[in-house]
Amino acid sequence: MSGLARPTAPLDALAEAFFARYQARGAHDAERQGAAELFRSGGLPSPREEAWHYTALRPLADAVFDPPGRDAAALLEALPDIAAPRLVFVAGGFRADLSVLPQGPISVATGAPAWGGLARPASEKLVALNTMLAEDGADIVVADGVDAATLVLASLASGGAFHPRHSIRLGRGARLTLIEVNLGSGAYLNNPVFSAAVGEDASLVHLRMQIEGADAFHLSTLYAEVAARGTYDSFLLTLGARLARVEVHARLVGEKAAVHLNAAQLLGGSQHADFTTVVRHDAPSTVSRQTVKNVLTGRARGVFQGKIEVDRLAQKTDGYQMNQALLLSPQAEVDSKPQLEIYADDVKCSHGATVGELDADQLFYLRSRGIPEVEARSLLVRAFLNEALDPIGHEVARQAMEGMVATWWERQMA
Amino acid sequence: MLEIKGLSASVDGKAILRGIDLVVPDGEVHAIMGPNGSGKSTLAYVLAGREGYEVTGGAVSFDGQDLLALEPEARAVAGLFLAFQYPVELPGVGNANFLRTALNALRRARGEAELDAVQFLKLARSAVKRLSMADDMLKRAVNVGFSGGEKKRNEVLQMAILRPKLAVLDETDSGLDIDALRIVADGVNALRGPASSALVITHYQRLLDYIVPDRVHVLVAGRIVRSGGPELARELEASGYAAVMAEAV
Repeated sequence: MSGLARPTAPLDALAEAFFARYQARGAHDAERQGAAELFRSGGLPSPREEAWHYTALRPLADAVFDPPGRDAAALLEALPDIAAPRLVFVAGGFRADLSVLPQGPISVATGAPAWGGLARPASEKLVALNTMLAEDGADIVVADGVDAATLVLASLASGGAFHPRHSIRLGRGARLTLIEVNLGSGAYLNNPVFSAAVGEDASLVHLRMQIEGADAFHLSTLYAEVAARGTYDSFLLTLGARLARVEVHARLVGEKAAVHLNAAQLLGGSQHADFTTVVRHDAPSTVSRQTVKNVLTGRARGVFQGKIEVDRLAQKTDGYQMNQALLLSPQAEVDSKPQLEIYADDVKCSHGATVGELDADQLFYLRSRGIPEVEARSLLVRAFLNEALDPIGHEVARQAMEGMVATWWERQMA
Repeated sequence: MLEIKGLSASVDGKAILRGIDLVVPDGEVHAIMGPNGSGKSTLAYVLAGREGYEVTGGAVSFDGQDLLALEPEARAVAGLFLAFQYPVELPGVGNANFLRTALNALRRARGEAELDAVQFLKLARSAVKRLSMADDMLKRAVNVGFSGGEKKRNEVLQMAILRPKLAVLDETDSGLDIDALRIVADGVNALRGPASSALVITHYQRLLDYIVPDRVHVLVAGRIVRSGGPELARELEASGYAAVMAEAV
């Protein structure tokens, strides 16, 4: 029935199941057929591939997903209280009844994905999978010169395997703060793909909260392209899922374009989270900033792979990358892989990594002032995260994230 | 207030304190002087409960409680405060937040109402002013980028806000110019009262011109070898430690 080779490994069997689902759906357009061809020959990423060296998808093959049908109303209450329009997807499907559509100068469409964004199914296998199976998503357009304020994009789930496909386009001088919240409970797979095109002088702030269920899988790929003097400024807070990978491919295509890919990964138990970035400087005087903080307890594993590519035309590039990890248990592990590929001769690029435990002198200093040990530890962890959290300009979103961090910490201490 | 009996302690298996007997009554300021390596800082850390300082003998009673049985934070709740010789930097922790967290932790543990941000800032600002500190000291991260003098003043600020019963000052005068010294001394003197005491550890007599002690003790090789009134500090300044050390051996 399928062109796949006989399954020789659990991941192949899973890939075949995905492909069978594609076939069962019947008529497909050319984009989907092309992606299906790619997926059929490529399958799912394997640890033998360099980009997937630190993250094995094997647990995905062994997972049994919960049925997607359960009610999501309870999950809605867990959404941070942000006074802004919101687009709510449940198990990958848009839910008008739970959403508050934006009024005014921002165009939002949902439904079958409109292809033609920045996504590259031929390069990323999970994007081929997404393209093959995507059914729904948001298509957000902010016209030239429009300040669209804040929009919440929420994904709620309690089961199933879904592949949302979102597109965000900002015209010249447009502005938008997009608050993406992924939350759920139960065992499921959320495999979204984002395309974010930022026009000249435009500014997209993308605040991403990943608080998926403890048995969930979160595999997200985002492509961003930033035109001259535009900014894509993102912050990712990873707290949930048993296995998560967030991959970002950002291209700075116009002079003085800037990208910020900051993240904090807080993991406990046997959680695994991977933040992988590829920043490509294709134009002169472009800027990239990446500060990635990991706080790891239990047997958790955090991964950061950051690649900066500088084209020979991209003189005066300014690239900065820092990965820091706080290991709160002897079994926790962090893997850090910076990569610089520089073909221009007048650039400033730096990267660094630090790994450590909480400082005994700092702990004693706090305790000597009467602060109980648990509170002292919490204060120091919060201080470690400050550098990443403080620059978040959206006050309400930052407070929501601080609350999530506090809740996470209380759970670790319990 | 504080009663130390036969206190011995070692660090990394090496005996540093070798039987210290010392009583600091309520309302008195005692000075501990001694040459480098005599165990002055070790005594301060043992009193505050720092890890790595192993008590090998003796007892310490603080207001009737067994001090050595308490965790460091419980010692603070009991009313002990150590002004560090080398105050620790806390990047990412704002000074005001740090001070309020500490004050409220103490108040909570003592069953007192916590202060809200407004009440606290009022208290903190007036303390900052009294100590002639720059206003932005409260906004900056704790001790980060502070000069040596600013760090010491910040210790005194914490002391002024936390109002301990017993302040242990570990070489708080080291690295201070004369103006800073005066401010630090004023801060300590402001806390003097019938219910509060201080143990001032110093290498030099200079600080004791400003904080006049009731008693002076000379620590040599982990033992108190002489005790006397404030005149003992001046005698040491004139003759040096060599004479006392010779007597002690």
